[in-house]
Amino acid sequence: MSQLAQDPWGPLRRYTHARIGLPRTGDSIAGSEVRALQAAHACARRAVHACLDPAKLAVGDSFIEVRSQAKDRSEFVRRPDLGRRLDGPSIALLKQIAPAGPWDVVLVAADGLSAVAVERQAPPLQNAVRAALAHTWRIAPLVVAHNARVALGDEIGALLGVRCVVMMIGERPGLSVSDSLSLYMTWNPHVGRQDSERNCISNIHARGLSTGEGCHKLCWLLKSARKLGYTGVALKDESTNMTLLPETKTP
Amino acid sequence: MVHRISLVGETFVFQDLKHILASASLLRSGDELAGIAARDPVERVAAREVLANLPLRHFLTEAIVPYETDEVTRLIMDSHDEAAFTPISHMTVGQFRDWLLSYAADTSSLEKLSPGLTPEMVAAVSKLMRNQDLVSVGRKMRVVSAFRNTQGLPARLGSRLQPNHPTDDPDGISAALLDGLLLGAGDAVLGINPASDHIGRGMDILWRFDDIRQRFDMPVQSCLLTHVTNTITMIEKGAPVDLVFQSIAGSEQANSGFGISLGILSEAWQAARELNRGTVGTNVMYFETGQGSALSSGTHHGVDQQTMEVRAYAVARVYSPLLVNTVVGFIGPEYLYDGKQIIRAGLEDHFCGKLLGLPMGCDVCYTNHAETDQDDMDTLMMLLTAAGVNFLIAVPGGDDVMLSYQSLSYHDILTLRSVFGVRPAPEFEAWLERMALVDGTRLRMNQPYALPNFRAGS
Repeated sequence: MSQLAQDPWGPLRRYTHARIGLPRTGDSIAGSEVRALQAAHACARRAVHACLDPAKLAVGDSFIEVRSQAKDRSEFVRRPDLGRRLDGPSIALLKQIAPAGPWDVVLVAADGLSAVAVERQAPPLQNAVRAALAHTWRIAPLVVAHNARVALGDEIGALLGVRCVVMMIGERPGLSVSDSLSLYMTWNPHVGRQDSERNCISNIHARGLSTGEGCHKLCWLLKSARKLGYTGVALKDESTNMTLLPETKTP
Repeated sequence: MVHRISLVGETFVFQDLKHILASASLLRSGDELAGIAARDPVERVAAREVLANLPLRHFLTEAIVPYETDEVTRLIMDSHDEAAFTPISHMTVGQFRDWLLSYAADTSSLEKLSPGLTPEMVAAVSKLMRNQDLVSVGRKMRVVSAFRNTQGLPARLGSRLQPNHPTDDPDGISAALLDGLLLGAGDAVLGINPASDHIGRGMDILWRFDDIRQRFDMPVQSCLLTHVTNTITMIEKGAPVDLVFQSIAGSEQANSGFGISLGILSEAWQAARELNRGTVGTNVMYFETGQGSALSSGTHHGVDQQTMEVRAYAVARVYSPLLVNTVVGFIGPEYLYDGKQIIRAGLEDHFCGKLLGLPMGCDVCYTNHAETDQDDMDTLMMLLTAAGVNFLIAVPGGDDVMLSYQSLSYHDILTLRSVFGVRPAPEFEAWLERMALVDGTRLRMNQPYALPNFRAGS
């Protein structure tokens, strides 16, 4: 029997990865498919609750570790307001480090809703960005942020006195992808910045945007932002397809 | 007006009506986030006692969002029907709760009462009701609406077929559409959430849906869930628009955040009715709501999220909608933390919407960062069906690949039909029989060729 004869939905599955034509028993979905969804959900749940392990970022000891006011993952999920502000010790630490600058840009590895995404995508991305910007930008040491929302970068950037903050942050996990990373860049960061004042590059994962492509877009946006002096909705991503950078493989 | 009460030797003080309402609400994360939840369970019960003793008439004298600056408040106050209110005008909120559960409150008396109720009265009484109360009173209420089929009849359960695709690929959408139809779903609406706001691509989807509907002579309506102003543009360009969609909320500012006003909604309502495309009815509006939407845009005026949600229903009822859907678990755990909170909110929304005369449906759904799973959704879908919900949302395999959240599967609708003996809209049921997709009440194991020459994948 050919594959086609076995699965009359075969030709239609080419057009969508929605769960169409699932095998049925009575009214219900066949057990194998029920368990497949449960497995995907379990991975997503694990990604949401995972704590970011700086050792997995492969940066040795050369990073600054900060925390938001959300004390654990459960509070982080419930209280987005707390995830946008640094706790006391983190503020003190950044103030202590700031005089080592000045820097143009800081990269922040922030767990967001998927620490797994940061652990997988941030290391190659960080390496690529540092290599691409090495001669023209003064780059601060990597900041690793726990229980962090996007806006936490505003406070980090302001305390370090940088011109731009780039949050590398885990997206809310879906069933098909639980390790997707977003980049948010904010020029002249300070507490109270609106989301409309940021630029975002999303969907960085093995089956989405590669880390090389992400780096290419980011560098284009950074260069444009420096020229214009702002980020946000008025800065449109008009980067061409990448030609500048060597391909970086996602581990 | 300050309200004081002593309970278990402690005195509790509530500053005003919105303070009482917020404190009386069941615990939910959104009210905690807003800093307006009861401080502890005893204060919550004290607030309920105050609420129970408050005359319903009081709600006509104290606006929780200022009348002068909010068109939703003006709508609520100015359209209140004193004659319809008369039968309960002497009651307190607590007496109203007991009356709703009495045998005297039947389908017809509840229907007549609706224009005499304000959303705040309805929200208030729901806060004094347990889950089973919300189900048993919900079940007594009937709201029938119609376009190409009739929704909300007794022992019927409609379903929205939601064939979303991450890039709006027309063949991908058609494949998912075929999947849903072969599983007997879609009588409430064939409704697609487009990934892009592009007018031309949206119109292509509408043309394709209309073509398929006509080819198979399906008694259904389609809807592209795009901004109301886009739909108005599409109507002007001659697109086959059956229903107008819009997300709505319970304050003027919140609606402004959605880019709408009562005026814009009226314009769209008028434009869609003039197309005169319905065959068995003229209800052309499809609204979506959800607890927490006002808070998420900072436009809640210090009012608890459940009361704000019910105020959105006051907006909806102006336009005699075909469908109103509370997207209960979509907003995330900052507003509804876990299965318990989502289930409670789903039952509240259905009850409150129905009591205000709306054809309520529900998207029984959750995101991956909420503390819940499919088992909780099973519970909610069964409770809502027991409560007589008009329709439920379903997507392929329960997994929406565009919006990245989980809803019900078409199979879940089949389960509900079998378990509760509910059936799809009569016109759609006849179509399923005509197309030989069902064998008696059972759905056949349909394969794609059961609807020959369907455009999917062509």
